[in-house]
Amino acid sequence: MMFYFLRRLLALIPTLLIASVIAFCVVRLVPGDVLDLMLSQNAHSSGTIEDRAQLEKALGLDRPLYVQYFEWLGNVLRGDFGASLWRNIPVLEEVATRLPVTLELGVLALLLALLIGVPTGIYSAIRQETLGDHIGRSFSILALAIPNFWLGTLVVILPAIWWGWSPPNQIQPFFEAPIANLQVFFVPALILGASLSAVIMRMTRTMMLEVLRQDYIRTAWAKGLKERVIVLRHGLRNALIPVVTLVGIMVPILFSGTVIIEQIFRLPGMGQLLLEAVVNRDYPVITGIFLITGLLVMLVNLLVDLCYGYLDPKVRYDS
Amino acid sequence: MSQAIQPGGAPGVAAVPEAQPAPKQRGRFVKFMIRLVRERPLGAVGGLICVLLLLTGIFADVIAPEGYNAINPIDRLQPPSATYWFGTDQLGRDVFARIVHGARLSIIVAFAATTLSIVISALIGILSGYAGGRTDLTVQRFVDGWMCFPDLIILIVAVSVLGPGTWQVILVLGLLFGVAGSRIVRGAVLAAKENVYVHAARAIGASTPRILWYHILPNVIPPIIVLYTTRLAAVILAESGLSFLGLGIPPPAPSWGGMLSMDGRSYMFQAPWLAIIPGLALTVAVFGINMFGDALRDLLDPRMRGGGGRYVARVRKRAGGK
Repeated sequence: MMFYFLRRLLALIPTLLIASVIAFCVVRLVPGDVLDLMLSQNAHSSGTIEDRAQLEKALGLDRPLYVQYFEWLGNVLRGDFGASLWRNIPVLEEVATRLPVTLELGVLALLLALLIGVPTGIYSAIRQETLGDHIGRSFSILALAIPNFWLGTLVVILPAIWWGWSPPNQIQPFFEAPIANLQVFFVPALILGASLSAVIMRMTRTMMLEVLRQDYIRTAWAKGLKERVIVLRHGLRNALIPVVTLVGIMVPILFSGTVIIEQIFRLPGMGQLLLEAVVNRDYPVITGIFLITGLLVMLVNLLVDLCYGYLDPKVRYDS
Repeated sequence: MSQAIQPGGAPGVAAVPEAQPAPKQRGRFVKFMIRLVRERPLGAVGGLICVLLLLTGIFADVIAPEGYNAINPIDRLQPPSATYWFGTDQLGRDVFARIVHGARLSIIVAFAATTLSIVISALIGILSGYAGGRTDLTVQRFVDGWMCFPDLIILIVAVSVLGPGTWQVILVLGLLFGVAGSRIVRGAVLAAKENVYVHAARAIGASTPRILWYHILPNVIPPIIVLYTTRLAAVILAESGLSFLGLGIPPPAPSWGGMLSMDGRSYMFQAPWLAIIPGLALTVAVFGINMFGDALRDLLDPRMRGGGGRYVARVRKRAGGK
């Protein structure tokens, strides 16, 4: 198990290296130069060629791309992602203050999606073609078609017009004021998790239907076991593996969603930082966020793979 | 059924019959429509929405001849009425006209980006899968590296590189979904490559392009069709998400996502229809395409069908009718 884990971790390295090349190159190709932007915003400089060259040299942007890349990579390996070009704060520090918001939003959304998706999926499967099943499936079809930024916009706009209520966005630390904290995160997380819960519900339903027609389920019925035991112990555990895979696939989608949800609810997370950085063409911040999200996604996928072993004893990692 | 699985039968019900003799084609088309309505009523509704969407896009100039950017300051922020069905925005532009022209924009972006993505997927997938060995390994590591980045984050970064604009968005969306979809094509190629007739073709000295074209490509068509329908809605959603963030198609273009963007947020509190209508259009369009795509997939390619059937009820009945 440990060996498998280490091997998988080592296998991440080439992927991560390629990812870093993609991240670095893509970002450095920006046509609208950060230099122009900085010069145009600086009232003291007249934007002459000398000013430009001086600034370019100061920021280290005058050297060949590959030199910049290797230097950057060396620093990244030491945990130094460089500093924001504008504020001179280390990127890692800036990301560290924003990451908790994004992570809490994402994790809460995932939990809500599982809490809604798995039970409705099970219910839909064991009560197939009943009214409850139809309601559940209609909900999932709707939730898949409604874009989260529309739902979010409506939640911000309509209650404000009707009751003068708007979602709070003063974030309290979770461990000091959990209720105030959840008040801020609950609605955004619910909206972020809505489409995910629909996907999970559909997958759970399909897999439960698949599993419940297996011979061992018939045997369990024949033994006279209670429906609850059959469905939860014999059915669900076998149906859950593809659902776990789905969660792995959904993690990057959740990250994408947080960018939009943070923007709508004005939550100071990593997505907001990324959007600010894109507007300011803040290369180090963009590359840093890009790489850190990539790394997080890879780690989650590794965790998902490890979960299989727990859920399905047939999957062994020793060989 | 074997008739329906033929690759030609799938891409568009309307496109295929053209090439065939009249009586036969009508029979097949009508039969298909009857099956669609009877077996997949939601899919038929979706199909209807798709047709309406297409017609709206094609005849946008006829339906809303004043165009999407006719500014009329006197009538700004009018609620929906007989003159302005969907109300007007902060510049007095008719929201109905903007929605209609937005349909055209969505269709153009969806078809262009999806087609581009399918071409990219097919190229990468076929070359990587057929070449195998070290080439495959290298290409797949790049695809891995690409796939570990969240879609929207790649899009935001790439659009910030290329600058906003319709063609940039199409290019970036095509590339993004193209690389992601190449996995599916590669999988199909790997399976097709092992067919005995491929070995036979190689043994009699057929050239690689010939094998790819005549023996591999036909096997890859079914997954590509499924990919195409699922991508259309995803592209529309991704474009509107980008435009919503102000990084997609810049104003005054009537992108549905752009109409919902934060720039107009302050007006939405006075004029809620500005927030409701574009999102509704988007939801209906995505719903229609999703439903139609699902139905097409189920009817045309039974192998792709998800689990179903009424087995639980039967098992329960057998077990004592609980």
